[in-house]
Amino acid sequence: MKLQKATVFALYAVLELAAQPERQQTAIEIAEKYGISAHHLAKVLRDLGRAGLVDAVRGVGGGYRFTGNAKRLTLMDVIRLFEDASNDAEGPSPLTADQEAAAGLRFVLAELDAQIGATLRSISLATMLKLIARRPWESAAPEQARRTMAAARRR
Amino acid sequence: MVQQAVNRPSSEGEKLDVIRPASLADVPGVIALDEEVTGLLKTDYWHDMFERFGARRGESRFFLVAGPPRRIVGVIVGEVRAWEFGSAPSGWIFAVQVRARQRLHGLGSRLFDAVCARFRAAGVYSVRTMVARDNAEIHAFFRSQGMMAGPFIELEMRLD
Repeated sequence: MKLQKATVFALYAVLELAAQPERQQTAIEIAEKYGISAHHLAKVLRDLGRAGLVDAVRGVGGGYRFTGNAKRLTLMDVIRLFEDASNDAEGPSPLTADQEAAAGLRFVLAELDAQIGATLRSISLATMLKLIARRPWESAAPEQARRTMAAARRR
Repeated sequence: MVQQAVNRPSSEGEKLDVIRPASLADVPGVIALDEEVTGLLKTDYWHDMFERFGARRGESRFFLVAGPPRRIVGVIVGEVRAWEFGSAPSGWIFAVQVRARQRLHGLGSRLFDAVCARFRAAGVYSVRTMVARDNAEIHAFFRSQGMMAGPFIELEMRLD
């Protein structure tokens, strides 16, 4: 699953803000930490505000704070705000009866979609914050750790 | 409040959230809990489970409950398995349930911790389970305990 930039930025933002719900953080602070566009992040934060997940505090010392329920809000809930989370494997058009290879491929890709969806629906922000605190990627198998860090660098 | 009810000693002087190995007297309470959670009465199944994992528990099979016999509020069952498909010894959890009114107060986590402590004492350092893909609640519970996808993939097919 390839997430759009806005989705990834939204996940960074809600996780940063949910980690310290009493603290207000600006778009610039979060953007600098992750090396991403503050302008783009500000737009994402406005979308998160409209969804009721963050609250904007204006004025000196202002910023954003998390207002959602970290135990109930899942990664999929956030992703759905920015992505069409429908089945990627469905393809743009219906298949004809003789397009067996395409039908078979869609069947296998649907299996992957189902797995990805179940995973994203099962991880709440609170669970994600516990996972981040444990830093399991540091003790993961070398190949998985290498892929995790390579993916982080690409972002 | 539910939390107070969980911690308040029952009329029998027992705490509802004390986790202990199951006895034969607990089986009817486990059956009632399972029926409340799943809507299915599985009398023979639970008697068989108790026979295999409670009565003959040994050092690697664990059938733990919370609550006095007539008011079982939580159950977890697991065992140490080894060398299936080349897997080194690992703890396996294949049943966990908490009465609806006692949820969201940490009893499920304490049952999980209790069985994991027994797995560690038995000499294994990983724990596995299997969840239905569409059961987001139990999937989220195990995720919240720190469980991740493991090195095995479950496969199945219809036998027509």
